Amino acid sequence: MPTLLSAWFNSHQPNLHPPSFYSLSLFRSSHPPPSPNPTLAMALSRFASSSRSGSLLKPLSSAISLRRPISTDTTPITLETSVPFTAHQCEAPSRTVQTSANELLTFFRDMALMRRMEIAADSLYKAKLIRGFCHLYDGQEAVAVGMEAALTKKDCIITAYRDHCTFMARGGTLLEVFAELMGRQAGCSRGKGGSMHFYKKDSNFYGGHGIVGAQVPLGCGLAFAQKYSKDEAVTFALYGDGAANQGQLFEALNISALWDLPAILVCENNHYGMGTAEWRAAKSPAYYKRGDYAPGLKVDGMDVLAVKQACTFAKEHALKNGPIILEMDTYRYHGHSMSDPGSTYRTRDEITGVRQERDPIERIRKLILSHDLATEKELKDIEKEVRKEVDDAIAQAKENPVPESSELFTNVYAKGLGVESFGADRKEVRATLP
Amino acid sequence: MAAIFQGVGAAAPLSSSLSNSFDSNKSVFSPRRSFSVRKRASFAVVRSDGIVNLNPNGRSAQRLVSNAVATKADGPAASSSSKPGHELLLFEALQEGLEEEMERDPRVCVMGEDVGHYGGSYKVTKGLAKRFGDLRVLDTPIAENSFTGMGIGAAMTGLRPVIEGMNMGFLLLAFNQISNNCGMLHYTSGGQFTIPVVIRGPGGVGRQLGAEHSQRLESYFQSIPGIQMVACSTPYNAKGLMKAAIRSENPVILFEHVLLYNLKERIPDEDYICNLEEAEMVRPGEHVTILTYSRMRYHVMQAAKTLVNKGYDPEVIDIRSLKPFDLHTIGNSVKKTHRVLIVEECMRTGGIGASLTAAITENFNDYLDAPIMCLSSQDVPTPYAGTLEEVTVVQPAQIVTAVEQLCQ
Repeated sequence: MPTLLSAWFNSHQPNLHPPSFYSLSLFRSSHPPPSPNPTLAMALSRFASSSRSGSLLKPLSSAISLRRPISTDTTPITLETSVPFTAHQCEAPSRTVQTSANELLTFFRDMALMRRMEIAADSLYKAKLIRGFCHLYDGQEAVAVGMEAALTKKDCIITAYRDHCTFMARGGTLLEVFAELMGRQAGCSRGKGGSMHFYKKDSNFYGGHGIVGAQVPLGCGLAFAQKYSKDEAVTFALYGDGAANQGQLFEALNISALWDLPAILVCENNHYGMGTAEWRAAKSPAYYKRGDYAPGLKVDGMDVLAVKQACTFAKEHALKNGPIILEMDTYRYHGHSMSDPGSTYRTRDEITGVRQERDPIERIRKLILSHDLATEKELKDIEKEVRKEVDDAIAQAKENPVPESSELFTNVYAKGLGVESFGADRKEVRATLP
Repeated sequence: MAAIFQGVGAAAPLSSSLSNSFDSNKSVFSPRRSFSVRKRASFAVVRSDGIVNLNPNGRSAQRLVSNAVATKADGPAASSSSKPGHELLLFEALQEGLEEEMERDPRVCVMGEDVGHYGGSYKVTKGLAKRFGDLRVLDTPIAENSFTGMGIGAAMTGLRPVIEGMNMGFLLLAFNQISNNCGMLHYTSGGQFTIPVVIRGPGGVGRQLGAEHSQRLESYFQSIPGIQMVACSTPYNAKGLMKAAIRSENPVILFEHVLLYNLKERIPDEDYICNLEEAEMVRPGEHVTILTYSRMRYHVMQAAKTLVNKGYDPEVIDIRSLKPFDLHTIGNSVKKTHRVLIVEECMRTGGIGASLTAAITENFNDYLDAPIMCLSSQDVPTPYAGTLEEVTVVQPAQIVTAVEQLCQ
């Protein structure tokens, strides 16, 4: 049985790159890092070119202690994705992506926030403050962040139960997340949904679904509504490698292709459907090809820039040509959920291997450092800030009250039409319909 | 592969010219679609005023001329004083209701198998595709699970789809979507989304359609929190309930009956709706409350004539709202008569009657002089043979016997 890493390498034949993806040949920066002081820039770049290790930069910057205005810099930087895209029935987009310092730092911050949030949720679960099911997304942050960067709030996203980070990417707050996980009133679903039912209507995030695969027809319905209302927007319907074998997926894809709906089906392939490896569940694990008549694209889901590029391409494609499938090759460090240790069906070596070689946050960190967009200390400061934010949100959520008892009966039906979910002698029999 | 109507006058609920007129290129029929039963249909047409026209070749020729439908408070008689109204069949009433709502609100769309170009297997959506176009009247492939899900997804954004199951039984394939997504999304999202879908379709025991096509799903769906269920029985309430269901913000399952599509009645010309949670008083009385819905209403009214001749005065209520029950109307009736008989078409075990019995007992036990009697269909798959099928559902004679027993 091939190990996951080697299988991943083999699937990207011809792959001549050494395991480390941060070797010099991959990155071509067209501009030197901006700096207010040209002399300083030259000094810095000389240091930088002499060694790629970030540690050499540290004493210099701390000695000079200049606050470089990097965080808002939008000068374009051109980079290449880690691996080229593999396409099925369409032209793959280019490997070259445009980004900026601002964007990269935003990516770093967002992913660090998500990572911190998921780790904190892990501890809260173990402290029995979160009950039931808790499916953590750490390792897969690049998919949520990259996708959001390619979309607007008019586009819809719908996903399954591993939805905490997607919710955050769509504009959710940490308080809403933790309060909902702990079943409090301030939660995004008023404490009545739980981990698997995060929704944010105003930013077109449609959840948050517990039944594997059922969200895909819903997603195609969203795309139908967008076409019906002529929104010029698209829907991203996310599902996992386990759900990829659900019949309703193919049914929905068929209907979407027939009706030319702007639906993008995104398979977040983390290679395990709970405890079952993909090669044991799918006769054809090439999920991007399984749309048959629908075009597909295979993307390195640990590279946020590749995800962003693919999603931009998919959005354009779907608006013109109908449904397309994206397969995000990603990985989750935790088990399927908190009740799954995650190590009975895969080796610890595999997990640490992926963490070392492909971690999305580390990739961005090295990108930032190698392009001199921030110092290591600044990045560490961001992480500290993020940690504090998460801790504050948890403290606030812990203070939040549990829902009132009367909340049990609210929102069963849409009110105002005389329908009660309990009670025998209704006095008001007639209701006025609009 | 659906029933085709031959015409208004000698209309048959189900015609069997199916196999002849079907596309001859298709030689393989998937088993669950074989509606074509036999060459000559032996059927009965029940008019809404209780006249039963039986096929001469048919069985028990119990010719009962009845004027069984009493004046209703909100019935056509009351409102026909202003305008004469127009006569139509039940399926036309449904179509009228649907068309008026589609005209009124551009967000209403219809999706189902063969609803568009074909005109609907029971002609409920006839002519709509020509009028409103392919984007609003959508022909889906045979994929109930996914197109029900798609309807629900579209409803989350504000569209108001009317999802048709060609036969209610096929909606079992979409049970997950109906139960988990349709019923629960309003709650699990903390009120963020409403799902204003209408899921409709014909169900019930027809004329020898076989077990899989004679399903009564009201008993399966009744536990799902968050949905409303209504059953129509006359052209008047069919149109009214269809319109109310479409306008409602809640998911509504509208149960129609295969054998009632050709009922004729005069309905008002003006715009009207029927309250979704209200029961209909069919015939006020004093001695016993008979609760029923859908097709069994006609069996009850037939039995009522016999009962009246025997000196009983039954109060007949068509409960219409299967979830939630209109316990207000039912309770007032129980307080008056003190005896309850429930006549339903779904199965005995876990049926609507069972829930209704529990609800009445819990709330009105003090008012009951006798235990509640519940007549339901037998707990068997509906057999094909005509004689056996007849025994599966409740017949008027059984209702008469039950009332006599209750009123001892």
